[in-house]
Amino acid sequence: MTRIYVPRDALAVSLGADDVAAALRAACPDALIVRNSSRGMAWLEPLVEVETEVGRIGYGPVEATDIPSLLAAGLLGGGAHAKRIGRPEDQPFLARQTRITFARAGLTDPVSLADYRAHGGLAGLTRALGMSPAELIDEVAKSGLRGRGGAGFPTGIKWRTVQLAPSAQKYIVCNADEGDSGTFADRMVMEGDPFLLIEGMIIAGLTVGATRGYVYLRSEYPHAITAMNEAIGVALREGVLGDSVLGSGHAFHLEVRVGAGAYVCGEETSLLDSLEGKRGQVRAKPPLPALSGLFGKPTVVNNVLSLAAIPDIFAGGAAAYQALGMGRSRGTMPIQLAGNIKHGGLFEVPFGITLGELVMEIGGGTASGRPVRAVQVGGPLGAYFPPALFDTQFDYEAFTARDGLIGHGGIVVFDDTVDMARMARFAMEFCAIESCGKCTPCRIGSTRGVEVIDKIIAGDSKQLALLEDLCDTMKFGSLCALGGFTPYPVLSAIRHFPEDFSRHQPALAA
Amino acid sequence: MIGKTEIATRTAEIIAPYLALEGPAMPMLHAVQAAFGFVPEASVPVVADALNLSRAEVHGLVSFYHDFRREPAGRAVLKLCRAEACQACGADRIAAHASEVLGIGWHETTPDGAVTLEPVFCLGLCAAGPCGMVNERTVARLDTARLDAILEAVR
Repeated sequence: MTRIYVPRDALAVSLGADDVAAALRAACPDALIVRNSSRGMAWLEPLVEVETEVGRIGYGPVEATDIPSLLAAGLLGGGAHAKRIGRPEDQPFLARQTRITFARAGLTDPVSLADYRAHGGLAGLTRALGMSPAELIDEVAKSGLRGRGGAGFPTGIKWRTVQLAPSAQKYIVCNADEGDSGTFADRMVMEGDPFLLIEGMIIAGLTVGATRGYVYLRSEYPHAITAMNEAIGVALREGVLGDSVLGSGHAFHLEVRVGAGAYVCGEETSLLDSLEGKRGQVRAKPPLPALSGLFGKPTVVNNVLSLAAIPDIFAGGAAAYQALGMGRSRGTMPIQLAGNIKHGGLFEVPFGITLGELVMEIGGGTASGRPVRAVQVGGPLGAYFPPALFDTQFDYEAFTARDGLIGHGGIVVFDDTVDMARMARFAMEFCAIESCGKCTPCRIGSTRGVEVIDKIIAGDSKQLALLEDLCDTMKFGSLCALGGFTPYPVLSAIRHFPEDFSRHQPALAA
Repeated sequence: MIGKTEIATRTAEIIAPYLALEGPAMPMLHAVQAAFGFVPEASVPVVADALNLSRAEVHGLVSFYHDFRREPAGRAVLKLCRAEACQACGADRIAAHASEVLGIGWHETTPDGAVTLEPVFCLGLCAAGPCGMVNERTVARLDTARLDAILEAVR
């Protein structure tokens, strides 16, 4: 029986993958249609793959209306067609990657535990079950893994703090509130390889002595919610989760909790308040969540990508993971290429690649074909970079040195039609909409920021000094990164694109 | 339109399964909204009572989170992404087009009750923008023609 793969990933589904699958089912009743995950090449989605004697052959982007012509061209045997791309793994976009977290992306049925095991899944957990708590912590620390949510805090240190905190109840909380524009790696892990996240969370639980975990998943990700819940159900039935993980006697219970559209809940302490059933307002630190987190108990709060890196660190050994990367940024980073880009998608590589390679070589420049003018790295709180800074290496410290941040690894490309004064205004407007209201610099400062930028856009460039002063107050006076980092996009827009802040002079009367 | 007493009775039934959870407030409010299409005023005291919270605290939850509505939406909800990655691909033009065709602004519902237009900040489809959501269905690579077809289908 011929196997045909049609992704169930949200991006593919948003472009008609369900219709493609239905059309194939109707036209080829004898074929087995597998709903796999996405390979991460967005411009080819929906990417249909057919298993042939020479491996899987891809066709994309496929619409349901293409099915008759594809079948006439011999789709089931990998026949020639304008949309045939050959073997997906031969695509330069995939061939240049070092996929660890995304090793299984597109290959498996995401909710099949058998597929997961067949592709190396659960090897890390199996090894971890034979290790002592001290050995477990050592392995994480040695890997050099730093928090992939944006802050880059060493995971080993965070886990050690929780491990050493005395408490009968501890928690593992996965921050899956991936609200940054231009990022989708968490979504792709949860939709495409949910057992990987589950395995990472179980290992975290074993390491610190926690028996309960929560995935705080944003409501904007309905497909991820479905996939995670399906996978948790399977894991429970198969004894991966539950009272005795893989028969070890260690308990671990996991639950998905759905957010409600508040961007600020991606900040770990507001996330915890939201989980507890409160307004998602930021807590002052200390105390650290590691000591007093969910319901006041010691809690590991990690991003999806941090937890998803754990199984491979245990399966392949910390040394192998640590060997990749540059400086203090070890391992790989799943980078997300987005916005106005020709070849967008998921690109996992060791740290150290330059911004220019990512945007121009791998991404192929803009989708519109116009020159690249600016890229925003690290979400709505990240700085805008001009092409003049494309030699910046993808590394936590290298971006900090250039007044930017890599954040969660999202890169949004803009062409030369972008108005950077408007983008700076949007940064302030977004902060005003999403501010939790707890601290004044963020709550009031963002609204004043919009007003000041409006005056600048109206032609009053004297207000620039006031705007920079306001940014200074927000940066140093805000409780969390929402107010504290909103100045990054604003100030970088002013610094690198000053012409956009003076060109709005009102025309002189004739 | 059902009466306040009936709403209260149904709310109590809807939230009962969540009472045993740790931190049940958010799952309860999601369930109430899923059942009614919004969080009715008459549900608030029932949830408050179940959680041993004040009505003000529950009201505070409903008003804090963008997802929770205090009034029914139109028969279809069109959410359009306003975030940076979609802006880079022309999201502003798509939003202006939707607004013009529907004759409404953000957070408004057409007079015939057919469509509510809402902004959303990122659906994670950032390599295929502009994108949006029609009820529970996500849509990507929107252009005015696709948007017109979507609106045609839901009106």
